[in-house]
Amino acid sequence: MNVALAKTGTERAPSDIFAVARDRLPGAGRIAEARRQAFEAYERAGLPHRRIEEWKYTDLRVLMREVLPLAPEPDAAVLKRAAAALKLHAIAGVRRLVLVDGVFAPKLSETADLEQGLGIRTLRDVLEAGDSAHQAQLLTPDNSDAMVALNSAMMTDGVVIEVADNAVLTKPLHIVHIASGATPFAMFTRSLLKIGRAASATLVESYIAANGAKAYQVHDSLVVSIGDGARLDHVRLVEDDRDAFNISSAMVALGEKAHFSTFGLTSGSNLSRYQPVITFAGEDSRVEANGVNLLNGRQHADTTLLLDHAVPNCASREIFRAVIDDRGHSVFQGRIIVRPQAQKTDAKMMTRALLLSDEAEADNKPELEIFADDVTCGHGATAGALDESLLFYLRARGLSEKEAQALLIQAFVGEAIESIANDGLRELAISAAERWLAVRG
Amino acid sequence: MPLLEVKNLQVSVDDREILHGLSLIVNKGEVHAIMGPNGSGKSTLSHVIAGKPGYEVTSGEILFQGEDLLAMSPDERSARGVFLAFQYPVEIPGVATMTFLRTALNAQRKARGESEFSTPDFLKKVREVAKSLNIPQEMLRRGVNVGFSGGEKKRNEILQMALFEPSLCILDEMDSGLDIDALRIAADGVNALRSPDRAMVVITHYQRLLNYIVPDFVHVMSRGRVVKSGDKELALELEASGYTQFEDAA
Repeated sequence: MNVALAKTGTERAPSDIFAVARDRLPGAGRIAEARRQAFEAYERAGLPHRRIEEWKYTDLRVLMREVLPLAPEPDAAVLKRAAAALKLHAIAGVRRLVLVDGVFAPKLSETADLEQGLGIRTLRDVLEAGDSAHQAQLLTPDNSDAMVALNSAMMTDGVVIEVADNAVLTKPLHIVHIASGATPFAMFTRSLLKIGRAASATLVESYIAANGAKAYQVHDSLVVSIGDGARLDHVRLVEDDRDAFNISSAMVALGEKAHFSTFGLTSGSNLSRYQPVITFAGEDSRVEANGVNLLNGRQHADTTLLLDHAVPNCASREIFRAVIDDRGHSVFQGRIIVRPQAQKTDAKMMTRALLLSDEAEADNKPELEIFADDVTCGHGATAGALDESLLFYLRARGLSEKEAQALLIQAFVGEAIESIANDGLRELAISAAERWLAVRG
Repeated sequence: MPLLEVKNLQVSVDDREILHGLSLIVNKGEVHAIMGPNGSGKSTLSHVIAGKPGYEVTSGEILFQGEDLLAMSPDERSARGVFLAFQYPVEIPGVATMTFLRTALNAQRKARGESEFSTPDFLKKVREVAKSLNIPQEMLRRGVNVGFSGGEKKRNEILQMALFEPSLCILDEMDSGLDIDALRIAADGVNALRSPDRAMVVITHYQRLLNYIVPDFVHVMSRGRVVKSGDKELALELEASGYTQFEDAA
């Protein structure tokens, strides 16, 4: 890493982050080489900025400025604080898998009494102990995006979950990312979920902070494969500290007759970016990818979704809602590619933003790239304020201004939340939205 | 003390004066009809009493139970017992009617320092009232007014009136868009709520409604003023002779 760049005193050389952390990054040989290449790719590009089309609305050079050094391994005191945070965000009836400061925490996790057909290992273990099939899958993400490349280079830990053919997991898996840092640092995680043929699973991902954790950085990625006839229900809740940064990617591939239902809610973090890439690799599959951003203060949240209809006869639906107050900024970029052979594709995307203040900002960018001729595709995007006539009607019935707004906001995000099939998960999303409304006052 | 006292009210919208010094006194137990041609300011009066934004009161005052109504927010007015049955009730997709009714009722009770209604009591009460107004349970599960016919929307307004038990009911053009059967159901609902403790102000263009809701007093509005007041016979007189004479008078 002999990159000679002119730097000011306060700027950290990006190469330092990799060099300093290197000894703690699991995997030798092929893995180490892959890391080195990924880091080179990252260094060549640097932090994404507004002149890169995909990052037009989220200029990390301005908004995040630098990548922080790798977090230290959590010690006993940190784990104790993480446990306290976990208690506040506990979900009943799930199997908890906890990452504290980017490191798997066995004592806070439930890895005993695994259901038939469920296998759970840590990323560290898989990268260090071999297992070339899993390793290969973990290395599939395309490093052309700088932040994916950075994650590929720096991934420290995560969970590797395998659901065997025909296994039906009744208990949802809950991956909890907890940040503890009183001093700002970064964590780099990557997880893998492999769902076998005709199997089904539910995955919840939460991002939370221990008391006192502030301007930390989450760099996460999730690699998912859903086998033929399999189903995954996925809910993602970003409730990071409001000074934190969360840069996450997901790469999801579906086989034949598979079903992927995903819902994301972002109410936390100062800046967040979520970039799922969902690929139909087998026919007759279906995806629902819905999300809600609830932002205020100076929060910035960006969801950049790519749906790749690579094969015929698949359907996808996206419903995205953003509620933005104060000087918040919500970005939704939804790109649907229908490749030439993907006939009979049925793809629809609808995104709506609700602006609660004059300075709130929403950028909605739907993009359809259709190369097949026998398809049904559509998209719509709207942005506007709460309807004054509805507000007055509610106030004339006794609701205060805040209560009236809250009811209309709940209705606005409701359509996206209602899509969550699992009752428990839907309640989870509703209560996350209610927490945001309650804090709003 | 009158329940409602409107004194020399002058109201403008976008610097154009709509009400030019309107006065009205309504006591408990009375039913007042306000009649007048389109554009006479009837709906403006109802909106100003309910506290709709966008109206500027340039002069005069409104006292409700002796207190300055114009100083209160719309929700405060509602909690104190002012109810406006809207001419055009809005549709609120995504807010179930039941949720709306309960939220509203409890918000009003909370503002008055009363305890919230228990769920079984609330449900029982809603079912009773809904049945008397011919409102099927299925309608209550839908979004507020979503997919309701004109008659159903009006009945939903009366359902709320029955549930919230206001002391002053303003019915704004309740008959607009209703056929005779729907009108009869709505009027029966209103008549059931007549009480010595409650006053009603029925705003209407046509005399027809007053065959069903018989008023104690009739006021004729024209060009932003009350130009004539009388008893129910005045409404019949209007039916025969029209509003033209009053427009000339105003």
